[in-house]
Amino acid sequence: MIETPEVTAERIREYLSEGNRFDGRNLEEFRNITIETGVSKNAEGSARVRIGKTDVIVGIKLGVSEPYPDSLDKGNLMVNAELLPLSSPRFENGPPKFPTIELARIIDRGIRESKFIDFEKLCITKGEEVWNVFIDIYSLNDDGNLIDAAGIGAIVALKHARIPKYDKKEKKVLFGELTDENVPLSDNVPIAITIHKIGDNFIVDPTLEEEDISETRVTIGSSDGIISSIQKGNEKSLKTEELYKILDISEKVYKNVYSKIEKYLK
Amino acid sequence: MTTKTFKRHDGRKIDEIREMEAKVGIIPNADGSAMFRFGETIAIAAVYGPRKMHPQHSQDPEKGTLRCDYSMLSFSVNERIKPGPSRRSTEISKITEWALQPVIMLDNFPNMVVDVHINILQANASTRCAGINAAAMALAHAGIPMKDMVSSVSIGKLDKQLVVDVNKHEEDWEEGEGATDIPITMTHEGEITHLQLDGKITKEQLKEVVELAKKATAEIYEVQKKALKESVNQND
Repeated sequence: MIETPEVTAERIREYLSEGNRFDGRNLEEFRNITIETGVSKNAEGSARVRIGKTDVIVGIKLGVSEPYPDSLDKGNLMVNAELLPLSSPRFENGPPKFPTIELARIIDRGIRESKFIDFEKLCITKGEEVWNVFIDIYSLNDDGNLIDAAGIGAIVALKHARIPKYDKKEKKVLFGELTDENVPLSDNVPIAITIHKIGDNFIVDPTLEEEDISETRVTIGSSDGIISSIQKGNEKSLKTEELYKILDISEKVYKNVYSKIEKYLK
Repeated sequence: MTTKTFKRHDGRKIDEIREMEAKVGIIPNADGSAMFRFGETIAIAAVYGPRKMHPQHSQDPEKGTLRCDYSMLSFSVNERIKPGPSRRSTEISKITEWALQPVIMLDNFPNMVVDVHINILQANASTRCAGINAAAMALAHAGIPMKDMVSSVSIGKLDKQLVVDVNKHEEDWEEGEGATDIPITMTHEGEITHLQLDGKITKEQLKEVVELAKKATAEIYEVQKKALKESVNQND
């Protein structure tokens, strides 16, 4: 739809080559991150994350079902995303398009592969009943970098989620009656950081305009120096040394972002 | 029919609306946006347009079109809702359109559409009413020409007792005649733009319902107006 015009694109590239951005940030700097938790009471956990003008809400719901045949003693994770038409003139209703699906899958893998959730502890009765964890992500305002915002929202919402009571006899979840039990999580918090290449420059946390002209991007899900998921997006290729540079940047930025959100992960 | 001694679960008087909160300009990308809250029910709405109607065959060369869509976030209720449109949300979207249309003046926007997106962040009954209240404010905030404001409230009948602004606990009322839910939307002039009813009620009681709604929507209108005025002052 309304893409960033070429003249703006040129100006952004010019600025970047001098190490500057329109909003005065340096290339590896995030916008202001603000986090609210408990934003939707009927969710077992929820968080609203704003990065600059980008705004996402993430909710956790739990449910009980039979386990999958290949993991009889493990709970399950389901991540779903919706780019709400409310959040941008570019989004429309209808079956999920690629960006929506990709967003959900990147967050899913970042959490699943890092072993952040202890699925064995989500087993109620082996082979019969396990907890399912639903992570639902909604955009409320897209001004770029929804992926990283959604990733932060997912881990914060998980940290704040409580497991509801379960009536084994009636096979019924007593929603609204939460136990003191958290979703079993490890201390290594996976954060997704996306690095974009524009010209010869690498930036993090793009605004929508910057995202529009990004030539390639790499999302790295890692915790404490251990990378657990990577997704390269967009058409342009990357040289190996460029990838290494991206890895270095992601490590630095991880620490920075972690220190900003740490207090919400207690 | 009204028993003076009737006690509401949350201690409200029978004609008392839950705490209300309203705010405009909450979605920076939108041409107009608003939040409206009844107690624990939170609705947000964003307006995009007037803009070219797509698909083209839906264009109306006579006047602009209002298009609403309502949906609940999956985790806004106890039992997770499967994301995406449902029969319920499709109906409410249309009802919302009808509730707003009488006050919206789109004669000067042929072939254009005004999109109103409503999402429920947290639900404790009366979500469509909260959604309509937010949508009306968002339309005003977007500068869409309007003849009047609309305000929406749900009146309940619990057994034989009428109450204003039904919450979830009341919606699930089972004793006596059970619960009747009557969401109503009115203009500030007092015209009804939307009325639904589920349950059972007599004609006399329904008249009382309308009177209660008139009084309640007048209160809601003040909250909407105040939020809109505040947003104008901010822009100065």
